[in-house]
Amino acid sequence: MPAATETIAEAMYQMVAEYMGKKNLKATDLTKAMIAKFGEAECTKEDCKHAIRLLIDSGRCVYSYFGGSYITLPHKEGAAPE
Amino acid sequence: MPDDNKKTPLLDELEKGPWPSFVKEIKSAAESEPMAADLLGQLELSYQEKISHWKHGGIVGVMGYGGGVIGRYSDVPEKFPNVAHFHTMRVNMPSGWFYTSEVLRKICDIWERHGSGLFNFHGSTGDIILLGTRTDQLEPTFQELTHLGFDLGGSGSVMRSPSACVGQARCEWACYDTMDLCNEITHTYQDELHRPPFPYKFKFKFSGCPNDCVASIARADLSIIGTWKDDIQQDNAAIAEYAAAGVDIQKDVCDHCPTKCMEWDGKKLKIQNRECVRCMHCINVLPKALRPGKEKGAVVLIGAKAPILQGALLSSVLIPFVPADELLETLKELVSRIWDFWGEYGNNRERVGELIQRVGMATFLDAIGLDPVPEMISAPRDNPYIFFKKEDAEAAGDGNGAAAQR
Repeated sequence: MPAATETIAEAMYQMVAEYMGKKNLKATDLTKAMIAKFGEAECTKEDCKHAIRLLIDSGRCVYSYFGGSYITLPHKEGAAPE
Repeated sequence: MPDDNKKTPLLDELEKGPWPSFVKEIKSAAESEPMAADLLGQLELSYQEKISHWKHGGIVGVMGYGGGVIGRYSDVPEKFPNVAHFHTMRVNMPSGWFYTSEVLRKICDIWERHGSGLFNFHGSTGDIILLGTRTDQLEPTFQELTHLGFDLGGSGSVMRSPSACVGQARCEWACYDTMDLCNEITHTYQDELHRPPFPYKFKFKFSGCPNDCVASIARADLSIIGTWKDDIQQDNAAIAEYAAAGVDIQKDVCDHCPTKCMEWDGKKLKIQNRECVRCMHCINVLPKALRPGKEKGAVVLIGAKAPILQGALLSSVLIPFVPADELLETLKELVSRIWDFWGEYGNNRERVGELIQRVGMATFLDAIGLDPVPEMISAPRDNPYIFFKKEDAEAAGDGNGAAAQR
């Protein structure tokens, strides 16, 4: 049975939270990890795309740019003036 | 004009000479816009100290989008408070960069309301670049732009705003409808444009003919360059008129042909079309007499990039010819395979051309399911980079394996 988008999104969120401050994760990193976790039959690249969109549109995660584009938890902009 | 504390002697040097000066334009804006005045001050300071005073913002943007905004903050905000935030917004340009003056005025009005009023028309990818605004003005600017029918362009690890030459709208050499194809690709891949899914940036550029006015062969990860399959269309009477008018056909046309595929006997131009590499020189010199052939389409090339992390790469031919009416479907099929392979095996910040260099073109072609053909070359008259397997050559009837040794 295919994994629900919300389930994949939650697993992605946990992964982003776990790696926050240790390693920047790209969309492809999350996608590969979710396919490995749920199996190809239950989690496709398209499912992962929808899950990422859910995380971003809900504001639980944000896109960030550090040379490349990554998905992180919302945080204060380090470069912004106080 | 700036007071004594805001003199800009180093920047003033850039106003000298006959060419347009961005300093002159920013000074003009500074008369009514404090952001522009502080921008001049900070730039002068950078010129004095030979160091940038910009910091890169990592997370500013508009809701739901991962691209289109490049965060910039001053590292001397106490000196130049009006540019403490100075974010850039990229706006997706129309195909072929066609605007009405009315819409340009409206874009200017929006940017004067919400930002510095300064623009680049256009950035190197082709977007309209809105220079300098505060974080709290990003969403209002975006809202007004969308109501005007514009969307943000790409930045970061996304499909960047596809760009196209003016194509059949203005140019008689266009071998396919570049603007239509650019528009279709832009709308098809909205998700890839706004939500970073790739290891690094990916650029499409559409040129209608081999003149390649958008320089796709040098800058696009996927270059689509118009070409023709049959013979150059030739009007001998018009060639004679050029000669009578003083054009030296031998010197100005034949001698510049890179493959020497044409001969001029003083009366008639003879073209060996099999030897033509579509350089366009003869057609450019004799536009009323020579035209691209009738069987039109495009060549698809892959892997160009400007030097950022590594050196510059030029595109290599991927598909030698796609008929004009099959281009969109062919690209969709091809792109999905390329993106799958790149997403799976591309390193962080590795362009697709660099991936191909790393794994080899033969591996890449195998992965995306394209059979190698001799036209897959990096430059006309170059050696094919495909090394045929001996058993393949023998199966094709070349019993002595000569092809395998090529």
